[in-house]
Amino acid sequence: MYSELVMEHFRNPRNMGVIEDADGVGEVGNPQCGDMMRITIKVKDDILEDIKFQTLGCGAAVATSSMVTEMAKGKRLDEALQITNKAVAEALGGLPPAKMHCSNLAADGLRAAIEDYRARQKAT
Amino acid sequence: MERVIYLDHASTTPTDPQVVEAMLPWFSEKFGNPSTVYSLGLTSAEAVQHARETIASLIGAEPEEVFFTSGGTESDNWAILGTADAHQSKGRHLVTSAIEHHAVLESMEFLEKRGYEVTRVPVDGNGLVDPEEVRRALRPDTILVSIMHANNEVGTIEPIEEIGKITKEAGVLFHVDAVQTAGKLPLDVDQLGCDLLSMSAHKFYGPKGVGLLYLRKRARVTPFFHGGGQERGRRAGTHNVPGIVGMAKALELAHERMAEDAARESALRDRLWNGLREKIEAIHLNGDLARRLPNNLSIRVDGVEGESMILMLDMEGICVSSGSACTTGSLDPSHVLLAMGIPAEQAHGSLRMTLGRSTTAEDIDKFIQVFPPIVARLREMSPIWCANCICKKGS
Repeated sequence: MYSELVMEHFRNPRNMGVIEDADGVGEVGNPQCGDMMRITIKVKDDILEDIKFQTLGCGAAVATSSMVTEMAKGKRLDEALQITNKAVAEALGGLPPAKMHCSNLAADGLRAAIEDYRARQKAT
Repeated sequence: MERVIYLDHASTTPTDPQVVEAMLPWFSEKFGNPSTVYSLGLTSAEAVQHARETIASLIGAEPEEVFFTSGGTESDNWAILGTADAHQSKGRHLVTSAIEHHAVLESMEFLEKRGYEVTRVPVDGNGLVDPEEVRRALRPDTILVSIMHANNEVGTIEPIEEIGKITKEAGVLFHVDAVQTAGKLPLDVDQLGCDLLSMSAHKFYGPKGVGLLYLRKRARVTPFFHGGGQERGRRAGTHNVPGIVGMAKALELAHERMAEDAARESALRDRLWNGLREKIEAIHLNGDLARRLPNNLSIRVDGVEGESMILMLDMEGICVSSGSACTTGSLDPSHVLLAMGIPAEQAHGSLRMTLGRSTTAEDIDKFIQVFPPIVARLREMSPIWCANCICKKGS
């Protein structure tokens, strides 16, 4: 069902966990839909210095979360915002069609975290 | 490779070697078409008839009430659509439950699109249908009641005999989907009080692709398949002779060892549940232990999603199923668990273990050993479980 790369990320997720003193937090999905994700980021000089995820969901949800952290880490914020859900799925060698919608929300989670960071910057 | 621990017998079972042996001559050696008149064909016809008689005697039916099909899905579809078509002048209303297999529910939906009306009776928190709800759902234009004998996800055994009395009193045909109980529980069509009954061979250690529909003599059903005159004109298509022979052998074997299998599997199932609930916090049983198929354990694990548990168990060589429809490509959680009043977020964290003849105490102990760390790891990864942890820490 899943590509070998998806399974590899599911078995060994990158950047799993929470940044306790995060600069931005993004939460997307809903446990009622079976998929939910929280991304925490640390930003320095407009660069994503660190990023971690927590995900409740199927294999695809975990793998896309892991992949998006890998794609975004070290990037400038405006570059990171260019990452789409589709690009994450492609980087994983594709996802089963049924998983493209509900489980593919990692880039949305990243975007939410960056927006949260920017909102906090404005507030200060 | 390490031995696979197969705990998904409600999905399918391995064909018993004795069944395979019984089937083998009917492929290449005695391959004749049972509908021909020469002796090679007659041999096949006799084998089909013998299988029909064997099965009929095991379920308390007459041989001419047994109609061979391609399996449970065809039997359920034929029972419902065939009855609806044959009885439309009497009425266009059907009654079923909220937790039926999709082969039943989607046949009902198909009829609704064509102007029939369907009442779906609810179930309680354990997945039980209340026979009185069925009685209340009956109308003068009701032509069929279809209720499953036991549920495929949570294993709840429905009060079929009581419902059968109600339908008989009302003069309404009663279909029972016995796909999950054939070979596991004694089936007697008169005792159950049903007029139609579906079963599928691969659920009781028979081959895939063969099943049957029991049709009581008074049950008129429009044929689905048109062509040859097989099954007395009611189900066209060359007989699947090896499959039919195999199904009869499998049902015979299942009845011989029924009590023994049930006692052994239910003891192992209880050992599994007791082991898991001792080691894992916040896990729940779906349904109740008493009125349940002997080999079924259905649980839900807070803060974890079903498919991720299945994938991790697979890495340990353990095959189980989820109540979460995520695995089947649908995004909605199990309709069965939702109908039982289980919240969607918990329903997504469900897991079904169905034991079988190959299951050993060692398999169960291995499961009890590997599963808690899997839950711990997935909970560590889970944003909703961690929220709970923080709550607990904060208090």
